Parts: sequence; C-alpha cells; structure tokens
Amino acid sequence: MSTVISPEAVAAAVDNALVAIAAATTVDELKQARTAHVGEASPLGQLNAGMRHVAPEMKAETGKLMGQARASVNQAYAQREGELAQAEETARLMAEAVDVTAVAQRRTVGARHPLNLLMEEMSNIFVGMGWEVAEGPELENEWFNFDALNFDEDHPARAMQDTFFVEPVDRHLLMRTHTSPVQVRSLLSRELPVYVVAPGRVYRTDELDATHTPVFHQMEGIAIDKGLTMAHLKGTLEHLARAMFGDDAKIRLRPNYFPFTEPSAELDIWHPTFRGGARWIEWGGCGMVNPNVLRAAGIDPDEYQGFAFGMGIERTLMFRNDVADMHDMVEGDIRFSQQFGMVV
Amino acid sequence: MRIPAQQLAEWVDLPADVDAHHLHEALVSVGFEEEDVHPAEITGPVVVGQVLEFTPEEQSNGKTIRWCQIRVAESGDDAVRGIVCGASNFFVGDKVVVSLPGAVLPGPFPIAARKTYGHVSDGMIASARELGLGDEHDGILRLETLGLDPEVGTDAIALLGLDDFAVEINVTPDRGYAMSIRGVAREYAHATGRAFRDPAAAVTVTPGTGFSVTLADDAPIRGVQGCSGFVTRVVRGINPAATTPAWMIKRLALMGVRSISLPVDISNYVMMELGQPTHCYDLDALSGGITVRRARAGETLVTLDEQTRTLSPEDLLITDESGPIGLAGVMGGASTEVSETTTNILVEAATFDPVTIARSARRHKLPSEASKRFARGVDPLVSQAAAQRVVNLLVELAGGVADSLGSTHIGYAAPAPLDLPAGFIRNLIGVDYTPAEIESVLTDIGAAVTTTSSGYAVVPPSWRPDIVDAPSLAEEVARIHGYDRIPSALPVAPPGRGISASQAARRRVAQVLAASGLTETLAYPFTNSATNALFGSIEGEPVPEMTLANALDPDNAQLRVSVLPGLLDNAKRNVARGLTNLAIFELGAVFTPQAPTGSASIPSGTTAPSAQDLAELYASTPAQPWHVAAAFVGSVVAKQPGQSAVAASIADALDAVRAISVATGVELEIRQGRHAAFHPGRCAEVFAAGQSVGFAGEILPAVATARDLPRVVAALELDVSAIIAAIPDHVEATPVRVYPAATQDLSLVVNCEVAAADIRDAVVAGAGDLLESAVLVDDYRGTGLDDTEKSLTFALRFRAADRTLTQAEATEAKLAGVAAAAAQFDCRIRE
Repeated sequence: MSTVISPEAVAAAVDNALVAIAAATTVDELKQARTAHVGEASPLGQLNAGMRHVAPEMKAETGKLMGQARASVNQAYAQREGELAQAEETARLMAEAVDVTAVAQRRTVGARHPLNLLMEEMSNIFVGMGWEVAEGPELENEWFNFDALNFDEDHPARAMQDTFFVEPVDRHLLMRTHTSPVQVRSLLSRELPVYVVAPGRVYRTDELDATHTPVFHQMEGIAIDKGLTMAHLKGTLEHLARAMFGDDAKIRLRPNYFPFTEPSAELDIWHPTFRGGARWIEWGGCGMVNPNVLRAAGIDPDEYQGFAFGMGIERTLMFRNDVADMHDMVEGDIRFSQQFGMVV
Repeated sequence: MRIPAQQLAEWVDLPADVDAHHLHEALVSVGFEEEDVHPAEITGPVVVGQVLEFTPEEQSNGKTIRWCQIRVAESGDDAVRGIVCGASNFFVGDKVVVSLPGAVLPGPFPIAARKTYGHVSDGMIASARELGLGDEHDGILRLETLGLDPEVGTDAIALLGLDDFAVEINVTPDRGYAMSIRGVAREYAHATGRAFRDPAAAVTVTPGTGFSVTLADDAPIRGVQGCSGFVTRVVRGINPAATTPAWMIKRLALMGVRSISLPVDISNYVMMELGQPTHCYDLDALSGGITVRRARAGETLVTLDEQTRTLSPEDLLITDESGPIGLAGVMGGASTEVSETTTNILVEAATFDPVTIARSARRHKLPSEASKRFARGVDPLVSQAAAQRVVNLLVELAGGVADSLGSTHIGYAAPAPLDLPAGFIRNLIGVDYTPAEIESVLTDIGAAVTTTSSGYAVVPPSWRPDIVDAPSLAEEVARIHGYDRIPSALPVAPPGRGISASQAARRRVAQVLAASGLTETLAYPFTNSATNALFGSIEGEPVPEMTLANALDPDNAQLRVSVLPGLLDNAKRNVARGLTNLAIFELGAVFTPQAPTGSASIPSGTTAPSAQDLAELYASTPAQPWHVAAAFVGSVVAKQPGQSAVAASIADALDAVRAISVATGVELEIRQGRHAAFHPGRCAEVFAAGQSVGFAGEILPAVATARDLPRVVAALELDVSAIIAAIPDHVEATPVRVYPAATQDLSLVVNCEVAAADIRDAVVAGAGDLLESAVLVDDYRGTGLDDTEKSLTFALRFRAADRTLTQAEATEAKLAGVAAAAAQFDCRIRE
C-alpha cells in the first residue's frame, strides 16, 4: 500500500510549526515547540515517517517537499533560537546594571609632593636643552659651600646666625645653605664645557613662618664654556620662564651682589596672570661666574667663562600655584599633595 | 639704609615732583633693593601759634588743665583759638606748634574740634613726640628751645621739615659707601644722569696738630692692621645745654635714628651723610694721648650702655693712659662719654679694618650703625672731612670754638691700576659699549682711567674696595648703562646625558608609589638620638649620627638616620586633623656617618686644591644615602556599597616593596626579620642581591600608639641607594613559550616554622625548566594535620618551549620538585 503525502498536509504542518516557533518566548518554549511540531509524534514527524510508504515514482517529489518543509522549520527554529538567546542575554545584562557613580573604588592613586614635581619639571626643561642634572650632599664641607664660592672667611653669611653647623664645628661640616656647592663639585668632576642644573634641599636657620622654612629647596644652574656672555644667561632664563609660565612671560635683571658671580643680578619674572595682576616678582639670583670660583675649580678664567643662576622652589610654587602659606608645604598634610596628584 | 629726600636733594638734583616711587625706581636700577617708604606722616593745617593767655583749671580727676587762648593767624575770625592743653611747661608769649582741626599727626591721629573739660578745644598744641620729632613728651614743644621765633601762622610743617619722606633701600654688603647720603646721591646720579655734588668736597678741612695718637696693632688679623687711619679734632667751649635743631631731629628720625644729645646727634648725622662713623670724647675725661691696640687677655671695658665687656685679644681698643676707653668701631666707653656737663670735645674719625670690626661686633653682639659701616668698608679718605664736619656743626649748633689741637693719620695707598683689556666687557656682557660709554661710567664712579695699548688702566676710587678686577669694572659699566641693554641669546649645550640613571630610578620609585596609592609628603630631617637609635638599628641601640651645633629645636638636634620617624610624625598630624586613612611616603636623604667626618683644616678657596686635598674634601662628608619610607594607617580600601573596608596591614607594606622592585628592576627578597621598631612577628627584612636593604611590616604597637596612631601601622624603610646600586645593566629577556600549559596543584605538609618561600624555592629549583609558575594558593592548618604542621598548596603551571606537555611529564617535574623540597625539609605530599 502506498501513501500519498499531500502538499497541503505538509504546508499545514509547516505553518503550524512556524506559528509555534514564532510564538515561543523562551528557549524552553522553543524547545517544546520543536518537540511538538518537529518530533516523531508531531504531524510533520508522522508525515516524514510516511515517506517509507510513498510510491517510488513519487519519492523524489515528496522527498523534495519534505526536505523543504524541514529546512524551513529548522531555519525558523535557528533564527528564533538566536533571537531568544540574544534577548535573554540582553535581559541578563540589564539585570546586572549598576549605578556607575556608586561603584566601589578599590584602588586609589596617590600623589607626588608638588615641590618634587616642580623640580623634576624644571630639570626636564634643561634636559631638553642638553643640560645635565647634577647633585651633591646636603651635609657639606664648608669649603664647597663657601670657600670655593669666593665667600671670604669673614663673610657675614658664614656666621652662625644663618648656617646650621655640625659638631664638632672645627671639622668644617655644615648643612649646605644653597645648592651652589654642586656647581663647584660639577666643575671639579666634569669635563668642560659644563652645563648642569642642581635641584635639591638646602638649609638656613630661619624659624618656620608663612614665608620662611629652615629646610627648603633650590634649583641652581651653571654653564661654563668658551664665549658665554651675560646675553646667554638672559636667554637661558627667558627660555626657562617661557617654558614654565607660557610665551607671555618676561624676565628682567637688576644689579645685585653675590660673592660667586660678577656681575651679579636679581632675576624678576613678569606674567599677566599672576595673582594680584600682571606684575614683576622677584624670582632668583644670577650672574657671570666669578673668576675666583673658576680658579678654585682649577679652570683658567682667561679661557673659560660662564654664568650661574638659582631660584627657590618654594617661592616658585608660591607664586606659580598660588600657595599662600609655607606651612602647607612642610606639614605633610596629604590634602596639600593630593591637590596636585602627579601634575604641578 | 633710609634716605630723606630733602637731604638727598642737597647733594644731587632731584626733579621738582620727586616721589618715593621715582627714587626707588632710580636706585633699584643701579642695584639697590626697594625696602620701604617712610612717608610724610603729617598733613593738614599745622601752624605756629602764640600763647596769648591761659587759665589753669583743676579737674575732678585731680588733673590741672590749661584753657589757653592761642593766636594762630595775624587776623581773621579764627585768628585766636581756645585750646585745652594738659601740659604746663609753657608761658604766655611762647611760640608753639598748633595742629588745627583737619590736621593728621603721626599715628595716624586726626585732629578735630572737640568738647573736653567743659570747653570746645579748637585744635591741639603739639609735643615734640606728637610731631615725630623725637621722644620728648613731658610737655609741648616750645619753638624757642629750637632757637626759632617764626611769625604766627607760619606753616610749621615746612618750618620743621615735617613734609619730608625717606625711601628705605637695602644696600648689598659689597657697597659700604652706599650706607651714606653721599654714596646714595652718587648712585642716584648714575641712575639718572643728574648732577652730583660730593658732600665731602663741600667741607674745607683745617689741620689739627699736637694731639698724640699711636697706632700700635701688634696682632693684626689676617695680616691687616686693625686701624689704618685716625683723625682727631678738638672743639672747646660748647654750650652743654644746646639742643638739637628740629631739622636734624626730623632727618635722624626719618633715618630711624633716635635723638640723644646734640653732640651724639651731630656724630650720627655726619655718619649718615658721609658714611664715616665718628666718636665724640669728653676731652677733659681723657688721660693723655690715644693708643689704638689689641686687647690683652682678661682686659675689660665698660661700654656706653654701662655693660662690662670682657675683651678678646682680637678686639681692637681705643686706649688712653687710664686704659681702654672704647671698643674700636663698635661702641665707645662710659668713662670718656660726652655728658650734660661736657664743654670740650675730642672728635675721632678713624679707619678700621672691616674684618676686625665685624668680628668684634659679632663677638659682643653689638651690631651698631657704626660697626655695620666699618664691616663693609668706610672710605679711608673721608675721615678728615667727617671730623671737620662734626667740628663745624658743633661750632654752629653748640656754640663751640674749633681748636688747633688734633691729629691726622691717613694710611691709604691707592691700589695698583686694574687692567681692563679692550673687548673684555663686550666678551663678558654681550654688549658692544662704545669707548665713550665705558670711559664715562668709570669716570663717573670716581675711578681714574687711562688708555693703554691694550685697553684701559683703571684705578678704582678709595670708597670702592669691591672693585678688584676686570669683571667688577664690567659690572659697573653694565649696571649703570642698565641690564636692559643686554640682548638675549640661547647657548647650545653639547649633547648631554640628561638625568642620571640613579635620578631616573628615584623618580620611578616615587612615581610607582604614588601610582600605588601613596601620597608623597616631606619632613625636616631633624630628630633626636633616641629616635635614631630606635629606627636606625635592629636592636634599638645608639647609632653613629651627626649633631647640629646650632639647632633651632634643641630636642631635635640630630640629623636623621632613617626617614620613617618623620613620616610617622606626618601621619600623626594627619590623623590629628581627622585624616585617619593614610598611605604616605617620603624619599629623602639620611645621614649615616661611618667614620670620623669633616676636615681638620680646609684649603684656601683662591686656588684649586691639590689632588690630595680634594680627595680629603670628598671623603670628609658622611654617607648620605637616599631612603624611602612608607606608612599605612587605617583602611587602604574604604567601606563602600558592596565593598567592605580593607584594613592596612603588613600586606600593604610588602606590596609597596614589590612595586619598588618593579620600578627599580631589582629583585627584592622578603625574609622573616626582626627590628626594634617593628612588630616582632610581622616584620620582613628585605634583601637586594643578598644584601639587607631594609625592613617592611607593621610598626611595634607601642611605638605607634606613642605617636597617637592606631595600634596597626604598616610601614617600610628601604635604602634606595643600595637598591639602585644593584640595578642590572639591562634586562635579559627569555623567549615567551607558546605551547599549551599543564597545570597541577601541589599540597605539601610541612612544619609550621618553615617559611613558605623556602618550600617554594626548593620546589622551583627541583622542578626544573618546565615549571613556569608556582603560586601559593592556600595555607591550611587544622583537622587532619598535627598541631605543628601546615599544608601549603601551590598552583603549578608547567610548559615546554618546544612541544605540548603531557600530564605525565608535568607530574614527573612536580615530583622532582617535591623530592628537592623533601631533601631540605621534613615534608610530604598531602593526599
């Protein structure tokens, strides 16, 4: 006995299957729909089982019909399965939503001290010009701090009231009063020409108040070469000022006196955005290195000459970043450093 | 130095509309620093009045006031005013100074018509002090006492010079000559090109002879005679009752000098004018002539301030036959002081060695106006003019008669000419000044300039001992023509190395700690011996340290040997301010002397030291390695939604150690350690290349609570310099293996006392090249184990370079590791 599988019956079974697949709203329902409409007991399954009894001359045609039917149901199933999986994933992700403004912070980033950041930034400006960064001991021999810098042994700066001396005092050790001894060490230890800056900590016997601290920081620079003039000093300081404060910054030199430079000058800086309006602010000291300093370093002043300069880092931070009181810089309150993070 | 404008105007032309801003600007341009302005403090109607009549009226408070009728104008409705006055030192007919309503006296003290003691007082009769004319306040100022008899109604401000003002400038220590009106007037002329008149040249010097002066310095300091010049002059018959004129008091007051007596005021006035300190002796109190010599050991002198000074053999003395009568250049003696009965005066104007005077002033803590000037150098050729000027003023103001008695020693020899080669200034300053520009400046500053074949020969003036070489001449030319003329040029440095490897490493350490959540703070490196002992040694015993000779705080006179104590002080301050969760660090130098330090003597700074001297100088400073310290207090992770707080512990200190290890590229080994300042069971010693470089762990609770910190403070201190010394030249890379890994766990039962790291190290060594990673994942104690045992579980990952490993190969390697561990320790696999 042969069976005839009518296209209508197949179409009806397929339509029912497609409707059930489309109606499934979860993967579970979809699986149930597949069992109900594609399983062995389903109309389509039974039609498929009937293939055995189809007359041989009809097999090809009926087989094609059944194949198309299965394919269309499978395709619909796969598509619906994808849709439902996507929807479920979306629903799960939505359920995982958090208030991003209330997520716990597990790692914090700390902060550098702005004085150190500022010294690094200023050093970098000079490194960019080919200079090197030198350093020397804070507990220094008097010779490097004074004698070699043309401070006469009776110079008032050598008196106890400014300088921290170290016991026993007849052993000539002191806390360096400026970073200038690094100049001398650099000249003695390096090949000429020398272009170095020396940032670091220095000491004077000032009690702490709003504008003084017994321990503070300076940045000193020295350039010794053939043919350097005061114009090179001015150009270098102008470059520093612009690199730190922008192209509007201006500098001015005023005559002054330091034992280790001749001529000597006071360095003022002007900027339109300074707190309190555009104005000149005293920034540091500078000048042409005194020939006696070169002699102490074994350099022939008839052959080589150069310039030196220095400025206080605390002072720079005060007027550059509007720090009003020295106490903030020295008390170690984390809130002060944390204003700066890693940028000064 | 304060400069009254009217006094300056006597010696240099000032513009008619001169003000303080103009004077400061001019003086700053030639190298003085602007300090302050001492302005005319009196404004409004202040006039000369005459007392017509007064009525004493006793008040209920027991005080008697005078109700006065004062004529303040020749005519007009308000020509006679009723004024209440509390003073009683005046008479009918006296000319006085009347501040009328609207005037403002120094204070500021505004004057208004006001009701007082039952009258409307229409102004005020002023005392000397109220007018800023000194300290006299016992009564009102009677103009007769100043030798004045002006017309009624005369403007008293102009009459008494009360409208003058002074600018204050800071004079650099190289320019002693500018501690005078004479010097400042010259500098103002340099700044502005206006005409200068030398006040020293305005004095006509008459000789004095016959007074015996002996300069006998038998112990010169640094080979320089203590006294190189000594001029004396005599004035006889002065009126001891003569008082200082108002104009002089006013000028002295503007210069910050108090009026004392006429002779002393004259001496001070001349010092301010010419820069030469002078001294007036009571001639009749002197015994014989004067000898200038060094003090003998044990000698004493009673100075003007009635203090008995014990003298040093370095002190220079003025002596007469009675012994010391003055500490040269610093302060006169009491025995020859000018008194209210003195009629005959010996004026001294001497030239003293700056070093001698500076040392004496410092030794005796007497920084007087005179010693300040001598210490900076006084013009050795102005002494005669100064003595003469004092004589002239004593004659003019005190009614004295100049005597021919006196003496003149001037020991000045002009220095050898300085060689100023042509082109030198251009090559130093970078400005091509014309010969005329150079010559005019050098001539203006008082130098003698002659042209030579190679440039100039320049003899500096006697008042400029600071001009000693060609650069100092170049400075004169540059500053007087103005530094603004100097162009700007950027020098080209040769290729450099930038920052050193060590500097770069320190920056990385600071950056990695900040990136790991720590905040950088700074502390003074001053501490005390107890703190150095506790933190600077393992057992807490005293350590070698450096001590400040003049510490600001005697309780913290030592230099730190470790950074941690200062950091803990910072922690304490933060906690006290309510910042109770902290992670802070400091990277800084410590001072760790190993051997005796310093130098017995140091070489001269005038030439390069010998190689041996230099080596000794380098060796003289103690080691100052950089240390890093970190401290964690409170929570390192705060309590938040869905997140419980994570308390600071040794784990944080060790994490920081590992961060530093990565930042420096130096493997830091952590071993169980012991340190007096740390918790005995929570202290790790840290090693770099086998060398101890510091400690990490938790601070001993007693140490923490003594600083008002919580019991648990995690901390570390590492010798960064020692770590940096171990930085490898470069990192040796090994190829990354890409074949699949085989992972296995390994649980080993060992004695509780055995360090996990030792077991791990043994397993790693035994397992060989196939073992890629061994991580401790569990430390189990309890059921199934003996009380003395623990079970350590490691997650092992094996990987071969050239093939996919089988589990059998991995197991074989693991068992080799176990065998290696078992060879060293009593251990077994936990099944």
